[in-house]
Amino acid sequence: MTQSSTLTYESGANNESNRLLHSLWLLSLLLAASAGLSLCLGSFPTQPLQVLSALTAPAHSDIAFIIWQLRLPRIVLAILVGAALAMSGAILQSIVRNPLASPDVVGITSGAALAAVLYLTLLSTSLSTLLSIHWLPAAAMLGALVSALLVASLAWKNGISPSRVVLVGIGLAAAMGAGTTLLIVISEDSAAMTAYVWLTGSLYAAQWGDVMGLMPWLLAATPVVLAFSRHADAMALGDQVAEGLGVPILRSRMILLGCSVALAGAAVAFAGGLSFVGLIAPHLAAKLVGRNLARLVPVSALVGALIVVNADLLGRVAFLPKDLPAGIFVAGIGAPFFVYLLHRSRGRV
Amino acid sequence: MMKHPSPRPPRLQGASLRAGYDARRVLDGVDITIAEGKLTVLLGPNGSGKSTLLKTLARTLTPSAGHVYLDGQDIHRSNTREVAKRLGLLPQGPVAPEGLSVKQLVGMGRFPHQGLWQKNAQQDAAAIREAMAFTNVTEFADRNVDALSGGQRQRCWIAMVLAQQTDLILLDEPTTFLDLKVQVDLLALLSRLAHEHGRTLLLVLHDLNLAAAYADHLVMMRDGHIVTSGPPSDIFTAENLQRVFDLEAHVIHDPESGSPICVPRKRHQVASEPGVVV
Repeated sequence: MTQSSTLTYESGANNESNRLLHSLWLLSLLLAASAGLSLCLGSFPTQPLQVLSALTAPAHSDIAFIIWQLRLPRIVLAILVGAALAMSGAILQSIVRNPLASPDVVGITSGAALAAVLYLTLLSTSLSTLLSIHWLPAAAMLGALVSALLVASLAWKNGISPSRVVLVGIGLAAAMGAGTTLLIVISEDSAAMTAYVWLTGSLYAAQWGDVMGLMPWLLAATPVVLAFSRHADAMALGDQVAEGLGVPILRSRMILLGCSVALAGAAVAFAGGLSFVGLIAPHLAAKLVGRNLARLVPVSALVGALIVVNADLLGRVAFLPKDLPAGIFVAGIGAPFFVYLLHRSRGRV
Repeated sequence: MMKHPSPRPPRLQGASLRAGYDARRVLDGVDITIAEGKLTVLLGPNGSGKSTLLKTLARTLTPSAGHVYLDGQDIHRSNTREVAKRLGLLPQGPVAPEGLSVKQLVGMGRFPHQGLWQKNAQQDAAAIREAMAFTNVTEFADRNVDALSGGQRQRCWIAMVLAQQTDLILLDEPTTFLDLKVQVDLLALLSRLAHEHGRTLLLVLHDLNLAAAYADHLVMMRDGHIVTSGPPSDIFTAENLQRVFDLEAHVIHDPESGSPICVPRKRHQVASEPGVVV
C-alpha cells in the first residue's frame, strides 16, 4: 500500500519534468523553424542555400547584407521582445493572481506609449534640434517606470494588494490612453503617422543596436525571476498562507514586480506597444506546463518569441510590398482570445 | 547534563497584545501562553477577536502594542523564514489556484526548508509523503485540489502545514462549512497530532460542542479580552456560556466520554422570563 503510493508520488514528479522538457524541445524546434523561414522569406527573393552560405561565410554581397543587417537583427529582436513581454506577463499573472493581468492591462505599456508619443511630438517641434530619435527607447522606458511607480504608489495601502494593482492599473491605463490620443490629434501629420506605427508595435528597421539594448534587461531579470519563482508560487496560495510559509511578501512582490516592469518596459521601448503577447503567451504556456513559475517562465518566453516572430513574418511577407506592423497580427489573434478568456471566467470568483 | 536546567521560555506567548484593523481596535490587552503538546481552542462570539489573536500570534498581523514571543524571541522581529520552520499556519478559507495538484500544494509546505541553493530533495520527499499519509490524501496526490470535496481539500491544506514540520500549528476555523462527520474526522486527526505526536495546536472553532469534546484547553474571548480559560471540564459551564456568548443553555455531560455538551434553551422559555429583552 505505502509502496504503491510512493511510486505514484515519484512518477508524478517525473511526469512534470518530462512535460517541461518536451514543451521546451517542441517550442525550440518550432521557433528555430520559424526563424529559419523568416530568414529565407522577404521582399528580396533568397534561396535557403544562399541564406545558409551567407550565414556561414559572410561576404560583401547583397544577400549577406540583407541577411546580416536586415533580417537577422529583426528576427533576433522579435525573439527577445516576445520573450520579454511573455515573461513579464507570466510574472504579473502569478503575483497579481489574476489571469487577466498583463503589462498592457496594468498600465506599463500605456505609460511607455504616452512617453514615446510625447517624445515623437516634441521631435516634430522646434525642439527637434536638441533631440534625437535614438532616445525614443529611453523615453519609453522612463514612461513605463513612472507609470509602474504611479500604479504601485496609488495601490499602496499597508503593502501592495494584488487586486488594487489591477484596478488602479486599468484606470491609469485608460487615462494615459486618452492622453496619448490627445497628443496624436494635436500633433503634425507626420509625427502622428510615426506615433501610430509605434503604438501598434513594429519591428521595422530593427538593428543590432536594438538587440544589444534589449538583451541586458533579459539577462539581468531572468535569474532574479527564477530565484524568486518559489516565492511567487507560495504567494499564489494567498498572502496569509505565504506569510505562514515564511515568504517575505512585500520584498518578494516588489522584486518580482520590478522585474516584470523592467522586462515589459524594455520590450516596449524597442518594439512599441505590442499588446496581447504578455496576456496570451503565459496562458498558452500554462496549458502546457501549469502555473509553477519556474516552469512557466521559460515556456512562456518561447511561446512569446514564437508569436512575435511569426506575426512579424506575416507582416513582412503576406502583403508585399507593404511591410505591416507585427502588432496588427498579434492583436488580430489576441483580441478574440481576450474575449474568450473573459467569457470563460464568467461566473467564477 | 545540567542537574537544574534553567527554566525554558514558553514556546508561544502573547503579552499585553493590542491589535486591530485601521482605526478599529479588536484586541485590547491580551495575555496568553499556549500550552505545549496540547490542543487549545479559542472560542468566542463573532467579533470577539479570536481570529485576530490567532493572526497576531502567527505574526501575520502586527500588534499596535505588546509582544508575541516564540521561544522567548519577539516573533515580529524575527526572520520570517526561521519562524516558519517552527510555527505553521493555516488561515481561514484558503483557496488553491486553479490546476494545482495535491502533491504540489503539499510540497509548498517545504518552502521554509528550501534555500536558493541548498535543498534536501530526499528530506523534502519524505516530509511530503508522511504528511500526505497522515492526512490520508495520498490517493489524490496527482488530482487537482480544486476538483476535490471540501473535506478532502481541507485535509490537503493540513497536509501542507504538516509538511512544514513545525511543532507549533495554528489553524483559523479549519472546520467551517464542512459536514459534521468531516468536522469530527478533522478534529480527531488534529487531536492525534497533539496527543500522539507532541505537537502544540491552537485552533479557532465555531462549534461549541466540538470544541468542548476535542480541546484539552479552552480560551473564551469576548470584546477583545480573554474572559476565562482552562480545561473544558472546568470552564465549559452554563454561567460562562452566558457571560461569553449571552447564551441561555444547559450544560449536560456525554454519558460515554464525560465531555460537557451545551443544549441551548428554547427561545419561548427565554422570552417568558421576566426582565429579558428580546
